[in-house]
Amino acid sequence: MNLALPVLVPVLPALGAAATLATGRRAPGFARPLAVLPVAASAVLALVVALQLGTGQTFDAATRLTPTGGPDISLALHLDGFSSLISVLVGLVATCVQVYSTAYLKDDPRYPSYAALVSLFTAAMFLVVYSGDLIVLLVGWELMGICSYFLIGHHWETADARSASLKAFLVTKLGDVPFLFGIFLLGADAKSFRITDVLAAAGDGRLGHPTLIALLLLAGVAGKSAQFPLHTWLPDAMAGPTPVSALIHAATMVAAGIYLVARLLPVFLLSGAALVVLSVMAAVTMVGSALCALAQDDLKRVLAYSTVGQLGYMAGALASGDREAAVFHLVSHGAFKALLFLTAGVVIHAAHTNSISAMSRMPDLRRRVPDAYWTMGIGLIALIGLPPFSGFFSKEAVLGAAEHAANGEAITNGLGPASAVPSAAGWIVLVSACATALLTAAYATRLWLVAFHGPSAAPAAIEAPPYSPEIDEADPAQAEPPAMRWPLWVLAVPAMGFGLAGLRSGWLPALLDGGSLRPSATTAVIGTGLALAGVLISYAAWRSAGARAALRQAAEGRVPEQAGPPAVETLPVDPGRVLLGPLFRPAQHGFFVDRLYSALFVAPTVAAAKLVRFLDREVVETYVRGTGTGANLLGWAVRRAQTGNAQAYLSALLAGVVLLTVLVAVGT
Amino acid sequence: MHLVYPAVLAALLFCVGVYGVLARRNTVLVLMSVELMLNAVNLNLVAFDAWLRDSLHAGQALTLFTITVAAAEIGLGLAVVLLVFRTKGTADIDRITALGDPSEDAPAGAEPEKGQAAA
Repeated sequence: MNLALPVLVPVLPALGAAATLATGRRAPGFARPLAVLPVAASAVLALVVALQLGTGQTFDAATRLTPTGGPDISLALHLDGFSSLISVLVGLVATCVQVYSTAYLKDDPRYPSYAALVSLFTAAMFLVVYSGDLIVLLVGWELMGICSYFLIGHHWETADARSASLKAFLVTKLGDVPFLFGIFLLGADAKSFRITDVLAAAGDGRLGHPTLIALLLLAGVAGKSAQFPLHTWLPDAMAGPTPVSALIHAATMVAAGIYLVARLLPVFLLSGAALVVLSVMAAVTMVGSALCALAQDDLKRVLAYSTVGQLGYMAGALASGDREAAVFHLVSHGAFKALLFLTAGVVIHAAHTNSISAMSRMPDLRRRVPDAYWTMGIGLIALIGLPPFSGFFSKEAVLGAAEHAANGEAITNGLGPASAVPSAAGWIVLVSACATALLTAAYATRLWLVAFHGPSAAPAAIEAPPYSPEIDEADPAQAEPPAMRWPLWVLAVPAMGFGLAGLRSGWLPALLDGGSLRPSATTAVIGTGLALAGVLISYAAWRSAGARAALRQAAEGRVPEQAGPPAVETLPVDPGRVLLGPLFRPAQHGFFVDRLYSALFVAPTVAAAKLVRFLDREVVETYVRGTGTGANLLGWAVRRAQTGNAQAYLSALLAGVVLLTVLVAVGT
Repeated sequence: MHLVYPAVLAALLFCVGVYGVLARRNTVLVLMSVELMLNAVNLNLVAFDAWLRDSLHAGQALTLFTITVAAAEIGLGLAVVLLVFRTKGTADIDRITALGDPSEDAPAGAEPEKGQAAA
């Protein structure tokens, strides 16, 4: 294969970013083509590379970058089925997002820098996917972190965006520090940073501390892929523009952690403890985030919590030892979640609010955005996992992997012995995944019903104060521009049909590890049954809540207009409130994890900072100031002696001479 | 003649000169006292020159040199005193304090304020 093709894939968007930054101020007309074309070109190149590579092949190339004295750092390229698949996904989503952004941020004065950062981010993700060297991978990993920081803080005029970007940066860095040490330890044990060498060393059992390495790496993965306990940054990151949420916080950056574990899965398979930890992490993340999603009122936060939960599915598949299922779910989730976020952007543009309960009071919302209405439906069904949409197949693959692991016959596809996966991990993942399937269906149905199917008899929309971080909204009276509509349909195709690729063993499985991705009968029936049950329960709760609200309205004498804007507590039809009961308030606030962290970590840090400030201001600076004051006082004293009386000077001189003479005389 | 006589005489002369410089108020008398001190030194120079039997007579030569310099110096000094008397109307040395640094209040507190503002 021509080496230039895969090299160009990450380089093109990086060059595009540099060009956009260089010309953005002087020639803003070039910003749009410079943003869209390089990303689109590298998406095409990624597809070409994937097609040229074919199935079951790998391609390696490397050149030594830096001799370090220890293991060398090399600029290495490693292509296989996983990197092909994910790079195509990244290219597709990034292109859609860039096109969508041209319309979404049309009047934004900072569009060039935004587009450049998105391009740079895309380049970094390609670098992570293609890199065959852990240190080079880390470079892309950190580049994504910093781009994410800037993009979340795009609307830095608002305090929300500022604090969210800082939070995202700090939380992911908190995970990245152990991650860095994990890479160092891995490189030291394997005597190389090349991923192929590391995997070979893992295969030969030459790694000295597999559990420690795996746990250190997991910290970084938890930060990047928003797993419990480092998941708190992702819901807050919704303060960024919606396309950024689609690109970074759904399809690509958060997938980097999963991708890394999938690449290094043989290392993780050496340590049963790490797999159990990963499965517990995934289980807590899945169930907790699904409960939170059921209680959120902000459309984007519902999707954000859902992302956290679906990442938990992928982590669960990895904990069950089946990276094929994890990557399958990663790709299908990437497609349908990017779709969901982009439709959310359209809906938010049209409704001028993020709140789904405010949307429920807009009777004609679904007629105003028909494309978004239908494509969001497709995305949500894929998320719920009803056949034959893509989410069904990938979720079944995860459930199947967990079931096999629970029975002690994990599908590792030759990466390690089936006994490497503890059956406890399988059970934890299986149970929580089933519970999450039910909850996912419930919150997706709730989102759909509340946002679009508000009671048609509702009075004319009461103007709730629109909460939205988007400052640059388009005029809601106009239809959405085509650049915001056709990416939806482009992404809807894989959201509907991608799952079928896993059916034939010659298609997707051959590209990956070769195992079967076909849903097995038991899990398919259980999963679909749970999903349907979730949908029905949610619908029933919605109906009963609606009926009760209508009764209450009638009892109150039908003057809802005079009651003022309804308080959040009396929102009429929210099935989440009925379903969750007393859990509603904790779930709405993310089970107070943020408050716990601020008590455990933020408050002590702030106190320590105050102490340091006190020490600096009051102690250290006192000495500094003291030298100045002392010199001044000394000068003042000396000045007192300068009377101008020559005889006084001479007297002092004489006294000094006499003193010296006496001293010299006595001394000798 | 024993060396002690001129030496003691010179010492006495010098002490008188020192007293005059430190205690007199009139500037002309102060200048005269300075001359006394100079001449005490001259006396020492001559006495030691004779006592050491220096073939080059360096002491005497230096004395002549000192006398010349003292003459020039006293001329300048008297001229300065005259000018000071003309401008100030007095020749009292303890009233001529124009070169002194008039003392101010203690500078406590002024600098720290500035430092805090900068921080």
